[in-house]
Amino acid sequence: MSLLERESSGVVMTTDNIRSQKLHVGLNIGIAAAALVVGLALAYGFGIGNYVLGVVLGVVIYLIGLQIVAGRIEGRRAARDRMWKTLIYAACVLAILPLASVVWTLISKGAGRLDGNFFGSSMNNIGARDPEGGAYHAIIGTLEQVGIATLMAVPLGVLGAIYLVEYGRGKFATTVRFFVDVMTGIPSIVAGLFILSFWVLIVSPWFNNGTPRFSGFAASLALTVLMLPTIVRSTEEMLRLVPGPLREGAYALGVPQWKTILKVVVPTALPGIVTGIMLAVARAAGETAPVLLVAGGAAAINFDPFAGGQQSLSLFVYQQAGDASRYAPARAWTAALTLVAIVLVLTVAAKLLARRNSLSK
Amino acid sequence: MAKRIEASNVSSYYGSFKAIDSVSMVVEPKTITALIGPSGCGKSTFLRSINRMHEVLPNARIEGSLTIDDQNIYDPDVDVTAVRRLIGMVFQRPNPFPTMSIYENVVAGLKLNGVKKKSVLDDAAEQSLKSANLWNEVKDRLGRPGAGLSGGQQQRLCIARTIAVEPQVVLMDEPCSALDPISTLAIEDLMFKLKDRFTIIIVTHNMQQAARVSDKTGFFSIDKTGDPGRLIEYDDTQKIFSNPTEKKTEDYITGRFG
Repeated sequence: MSLLERESSGVVMTTDNIRSQKLHVGLNIGIAAAALVVGLALAYGFGIGNYVLGVVLGVVIYLIGLQIVAGRIEGRRAARDRMWKTLIYAACVLAILPLASVVWTLISKGAGRLDGNFFGSSMNNIGARDPEGGAYHAIIGTLEQVGIATLMAVPLGVLGAIYLVEYGRGKFATTVRFFVDVMTGIPSIVAGLFILSFWVLIVSPWFNNGTPRFSGFAASLALTVLMLPTIVRSTEEMLRLVPGPLREGAYALGVPQWKTILKVVVPTALPGIVTGIMLAVARAAGETAPVLLVAGGAAAINFDPFAGGQQSLSLFVYQQAGDASRYAPARAWTAALTLVAIVLVLTVAAKLLARRNSLSK
Repeated sequence: MAKRIEASNVSSYYGSFKAIDSVSMVVEPKTITALIGPSGCGKSTFLRSINRMHEVLPNARIEGSLTIDDQNIYDPDVDVTAVRRLIGMVFQRPNPFPTMSIYENVVAGLKLNGVKKKSVLDDAAEQSLKSANLWNEVKDRLGRPGAGLSGGQQQRLCIARTIAVEPQVVLMDEPCSALDPISTLAIEDLMFKLKDRFTIIIVTHNMQQAARVSDKTGFFSIDKTGDPGRLIEYDDTQKIFSNPTEKKTEDYITGRFG
């Protein structure tokens, strides 16, 4: 008798018991169906809830029933394994459900205004009784603001991360790292207020004969403040994953450090860096508060990000959702759908681009 | 081409920890020198000191002087990058650049140092791969990723990459420790071939390998954990393996210690 057999009840180590019975799939489905019926019967029978409660009860009953039946057939260990596996699958389904629900709601409610007018016109001269009106100005605004913010945040963030990983030693680097961590938690409205008090109220009058003014560029600045820490942190993590021997391999060929970073380290980490950047871009595209504070939102098309108020898609959604017009909610839904689609397209495009550079094609 | 290396009283530190204590040795050009000894005795640290790779690690520093043809590479006005161009290195684990193809890996040292002409690069790639006994295996798939080769092939790719920049000294840090006997033999053959052009210093745990390939052998050892490693004996390989002067060396190579 081995130590395991003596000390752990249920362990039998002979060649006769390495086979065990498996729970039949049909029986499994049977238990599930029975559990669902019982769950629904309980929910409706006692009048304590509708089909949602019924399904929840059904799942709980199914897990218990599965454990009991499988325990009889397969043994305790196998049954416990089966129950945990089922729980994990259930958790996965639960996590995906809200996501699928969001996408479905967006598509079903947003499809109504998915027409040329929506993408071709602004809200200029659109009254509460007009069913037309679109988000052309908001799309322009989002693309310009997020584009400019990306142009500013990506070089700064990536270079900052390279400094932290490859060069940063001592107190200064530690301080920078600490403040980047702190900045990650900045609420977007605080970033908006900062740009409002700093850029819009103090700096912008210098360029506008002493009068402060809103601009899309101010929104870009606020978005940059929000994107920077995300980009620095994710890029830093990705660069740290590049093995040291790769750098040493390049040094040993007499390649200078800056070229090693540029040609060996960054390309190796590129797919991860791009993912981090896209997370930051997606966050920036969805920000409403800073745009509201420093760009103001506008009903008309404004191509110039440096002068005058500008709209953005998320702000447009916010305004239309709160509008009294009966035609406004449909515009809000379509704008939300458009925003998600833009972020999706950008993400997919960036991933494809990043992959083309490496050899994994 | 190949250079003479002279180390005098080289001590290397990791922070306050002294890893090797005043090592002195002379390596003649166009020879293979093997460094042997138990783990943690400072062989690799000494090897990495020769091309100033030691100082890549944080807080690492070195004392003493290391000259290559009478130029001290630790003089303050020496350019580290230039030193490493003269003294190439092959590492214990193959480290091909994962984002580059086989061809790009071989010519990486040339390309990143500014060689642009395609014909020159093509020539260098073919020559280096032939020298590294890899050409026949990869000539049809030079565009494929370097990381897709087998371990032995990757190591030969790294050797090809190293010799493509035509350094004058090649350092090898246990280049065969992750390889099977056939790949090991291929690399040993390769070292004999390269001996005509380069000075080679190799760290190895495999004593038969040291006896087979090297002209001279240095035996490193430590008294106890935490002490710095020292060079116990340095002599012709023949002598070290047949009639060593030091008792410690004899104990180690006969397997009574370490």
